[in-house]
Amino acid sequence: MHSLYKEHILDHYKNPRNFGLLKEFDKEFSDSNPLCGDEIKIQVKLSGNKIGAIGFTGRGCAISQASTSMLTEMVVGKTIEDVKKMTNDDVIKLLGVQVTASRIKCALLGWVALKKALYGVEL
Amino acid sequence: MKTATLMKNSSEFPVLRRLINGKKLVYADNAATMQSPKCVVEAMNKYMTTQHANVHRGIYKLSEDLTEEYENARKVVADFIGAKPCEIVFTKNATESLNIVAMMLKDEVKFKNEVAVTYLEHHSNLVPWQELVKKTNGFLKLIEVNSDGSLANLNEVVNSKTKILATTHASNVLGNILPVKELAKIAHKNGAYYVVDAAQSVPHMKINVKDMDCDFLSFSGHKIGAPGIGVLYGKEELLKKLEPVMYGGNMVRCVDKEDSGWTDIPWKFEAGTPNVMGALGLVAAIKYFDAVGMKKIAAYENELAKLFIDKLKTIENAIVYGNTETGIVSFNLVGIHPHDVAEILDEEGIAIRAGNHCAQVLMKRFGIEGTCRVSFACYNTADEVDKIIAGLQKVNEVFK
Repeated sequence: MHSLYKEHILDHYKNPRNFGLLKEFDKEFSDSNPLCGDEIKIQVKLSGNKIGAIGFTGRGCAISQASTSMLTEMVVGKTIEDVKKMTNDDVIKLLGVQVTASRIKCALLGWVALKKALYGVEL
Repeated sequence: MKTATLMKNSSEFPVLRRLINGKKLVYADNAATMQSPKCVVEAMNKYMTTQHANVHRGIYKLSEDLTEEYENARKVVADFIGAKPCEIVFTKNATESLNIVAMMLKDEVKFKNEVAVTYLEHHSNLVPWQELVKKTNGFLKLIEVNSDGSLANLNEVVNSKTKILATTHASNVLGNILPVKELAKIAHKNGAYYVVDAAQSVPHMKINVKDMDCDFLSFSGHKIGAPGIGVLYGKEELLKKLEPVMYGGNMVRCVDKEDSGWTDIPWKFEAGTPNVMGALGLVAAIKYFDAVGMKKIAAYENELAKLFIDKLKTIENAIVYGNTETGIVSFNLVGIHPHDVAEILDEEGIAIRAGNHCAQVLMKRFGIEGTCRVSFACYNTADEVDKIIAGLQKVNEVFK
């Protein structure tokens, strides 16, 4: 059966990676989707031009929280330039399932927050 | 509790035959939009294939016949809610009806006057009043609600400074019914207009605007199995007295280079070509549900809601909000976001609403982001209640 709620998504939801705020950080952004009540705060510690450490806190639906968890795992160690090249589709692909139109905002909440943290705008 | 099926044949609703994700659709989002019986589709089809023309304009049979049908639609709607035809204005939707009232009453609200609403209001019966008091330098007062949805400090909020009291008839979140007759008396005693948002009541119970004694009342067609059309009821003397808020064709009597005069009510509030297909669809829907019996529908839907609440007790993390008197039930599975609940139910072919239900102020009052909402119509069945409960058990399985 087609389901958004695959084991790996539930795993990231129940045991989010890089969850918690950093002791020191260079970039930070909080974003929310007032329609769902989903909230994400994301912090980045740079190491040269690379993402040295990343942390997030948040609450909301399984999709927004799991996709942010997966995203943090993926971008750690990447250069800011590499992250800049990433697209919405790359982030949705991380989930490995088909995301319905009404849930795309949930799936991209952490990604939008990360871009705003890194670049000050949603590129 | 034993709940029989009210409708002998739900196949009169074409959409309900659909399979969603391979499962027979269980449609339980009727407070958002109600499915249409076949007769509504047929009425609109007849209009498009045999009656299509403009109304109030043509000096030819097609247009004259259609004008008669359109004006008859007004009479059917008027009879349905106990009004006179001249008191019925067709609009785009219930939201537009409420916006029109707010614009009509703008000059009635003076500096420092107050408009009172409740914490239960849908955004459509809140935001237009926020904007009105901004323009008039007045104040918006909110009547607080108890956890069962009843009004807490009505007599404190409504006083001689109140110029408009605007409330819902039935809460679109909690499903409770407000004492509209009493509210009308309190408003009028204080010299205020009383405006009722009846979007959730008109499709599900018998109402009578004269008995209620409200000054204005709004509802929408798509919540009673018709297409998107809105209705605004206004007392005859008020519609006569108040100025139109939209201008153009159909609503004028005489037009000069620099000034124009308005035609009679209700047409002076219907600028431009109206949604004739919507009006004809609405008539078919009203006749259909009226024949089923509005009192029967109200009792049956509330019975389904109570059956559902009763069965929710078997789900240990389920929490129900308010004290429903309609077919609407708001609940949460503690620890699971309402959108996740709705998404998993959708995989089972079950359509419910999840979120803040355009009632963010009420959500904040309850300290929650949103709820799951099941809302029944007369075509829902006790079997479907069981399917929803089974679906919720599945949600808990996924998240265990």
